[in-house]
Amino acid sequence: MADTTHITPAQFPLPDEDEPSRRDVIMIAAGGFAAAGLGLGLWPLLDQMNPDQSALSMATTEVDLTHVEAGQAITVMWRGKPIFIRHRTDKEIEEAKAVPIDDLPDPIARNANLPDDAPATDENRAGKDRESWLVMIGICTHLGCIPKGQAIGDPKGDYDGWFCPCHGSQYDSAGRVRKGPAPQNMAIPPYTLVSDTKVKIG
Amino acid sequence: MAHSSSYEPSSGIEKWIDARLPVPRLMYDQFLAFPTPRNLNYWWTFGGILSFMLVSQIATGVVLAMHYVATPTNAFDSVEHIMRDVNWGWLLRYTHAVGASMFFLAAYIHTFRGLYYGSYKAPREVLWILGVLILFLMIATAFMGYSLVWGQMSFWAVTVITNLFSSLDAVIPGLGTRLVQWIWGGFAVGGPTLTRLYSLHYLFPFVIAGVVVLHVWALHIPGNNNPTGIDVKSARDTVPFHPYYTIKDGFALVLFAVLFAGFVFYAPNLLGHPDNYIPANPLQTPQHIVPEWYFLPFYAILRAIPNKLFGVATLMGAIVVLFFVPWLDTSRVRSTSYRPIYKWFFWAFVVTCLVLGYLGSQPPEGIYLVLGRIFTAYYFLFFLLVMPVVGWIEKPKALPGSITESVLGPEKSSPASPQPAPRRRTPEPAL
Repeated sequence: MADTTHITPAQFPLPDEDEPSRRDVIMIAAGGFAAAGLGLGLWPLLDQMNPDQSALSMATTEVDLTHVEAGQAITVMWRGKPIFIRHRTDKEIEEAKAVPIDDLPDPIARNANLPDDAPATDENRAGKDRESWLVMIGICTHLGCIPKGQAIGDPKGDYDGWFCPCHGSQYDSAGRVRKGPAPQNMAIPPYTLVSDTKVKIG
Repeated sequence: MAHSSSYEPSSGIEKWIDARLPVPRLMYDQFLAFPTPRNLNYWWTFGGILSFMLVSQIATGVVLAMHYVATPTNAFDSVEHIMRDVNWGWLLRYTHAVGASMFFLAAYIHTFRGLYYGSYKAPREVLWILGVLILFLMIATAFMGYSLVWGQMSFWAVTVITNLFSSLDAVIPGLGTRLVQWIWGGFAVGGPTLTRLYSLHYLFPFVIAGVVVLHVWALHIPGNNNPTGIDVKSARDTVPFHPYYTIKDGFALVLFAVLFAGFVFYAPNLLGHPDNYIPANPLQTPQHIVPEWYFLPFYAILRAIPNKLFGVATLMGAIVVLFFVPWLDTSRVRSTSYRPIYKWFFWAFVVTCLVLGYLGSQPPEGIYLVLGRIFTAYYFLFFLLVMPVVGWIEKPKALPGSITESVLGPEKSSPASPQPAPRRRTPEPAL
């Protein structure tokens, strides 16, 4: 067939190219239908990567706080993330309360239990009516490292809080960023203090 | 490739690319302007359907692999996790599992079309051989994919099929056993077997895609065969692939997709075996093990032979014989439409494959075994005896003068020019 030439589609122009024809309508309708079908077919291929039902069902974690004395902290897992629970000392609470809001790099509470624009006062950060407890997602808001400060002997930064070893962000004893590249205070997860000794996260 | 390029880059960027890596030229010449016989019927649309199925299987498979866990303790549960928890997991898995069946359905129709119209005859032997190679790779891929579910049918299918290789013990004592242990990575089907099946199941579709590229390449050197089996003689015998066959293939693909979707949404387990929803148990073989429907004819052939080594050899032979079809067929014409004697043998062969499929689903005893042997004999006689002998003794019917003549009737005094589009400005054909 090397010696044959052939007819190309360009050689069959429609009689009046300005006037839309039935063929144009069919082409647009068919093309649009095919595009919609492609989009619909593509969606399951993409959506399957979102958290699945088994991940979403791991919604709540209950933690017993009986043995956490003042000055101690524990770390628990919730939805695969570390949750810092610190039983704060009176000194730590006073330090956190003494800071004027205007001095904070991030003046928003970042507390999932409060309105989005709640100011970052210590009351808005600590547990409701139980200000000695601080429950917070222990992930640095810079690039996701886990700050030091939970274990005895850990560096706690200049503000008796947490110190992120990755890029040097420092958080105070209410988990608010005070220094370093982190843009936000560490987030407070949705939780309720079920009793004096029990917290339900999520 | 086989026809002179008619691509004319219009914009500056097209010229720039064309001088460096002329992919647009390749795509235009091979998939838009490609001269295609004007008389192709709907049996020719399965090549496009198969391309779609390969893409569909790879797309759903890559996605399923994000959730599947290839360990004996977790494989079955991870499949159920896909079905219940993963977003759209049920749809993705059913599309993949039913897709395998649809892929084989289209591949078998495509193969029978090639057989009927003599598409394997010169100069398309390599094209045919590559096609048989793709079929062989598909069989291996489908088998390995089925094993990953790690249900009872999966497990015992792996056991039975891998044990086929132990038949080599009859040739060299110990060879088959060593080979099977090498395949298993142990002394029975287990964890190492599962992970290697998974690895290769992921690899093979891309090997298939590579051979498909060669298959299409080999197609585009001589161009398509056609229902008359006669060669293209002038440009009037052809139409450009686009829009004529993109539309025709597209329409057939839509109809095929309706069938596919019908299975996925209304009968997703109809083509599977319920026993594969029982987790694999290495201590108990199911009462009645059968492969998926697309392997049943081969399974019937295996069971028809009462000797282990010979049975395995026959099973392999049923596929290997296809490689030699271009030289077994001695006919002067390609298309069975012009072969009055061979036609009957061909349709008898189609019936044989269907009957073998039925027999493969039945227990291997009594009348089923007897029939299995008779039809297995015809399966091989068709290739080894009918093809050479009938081609030799048969007088084919008169062929049309050209493809155009087969469509428009015999040439009259004023030669009819092709009329692919009803309204066009230039009446003369582009010769």
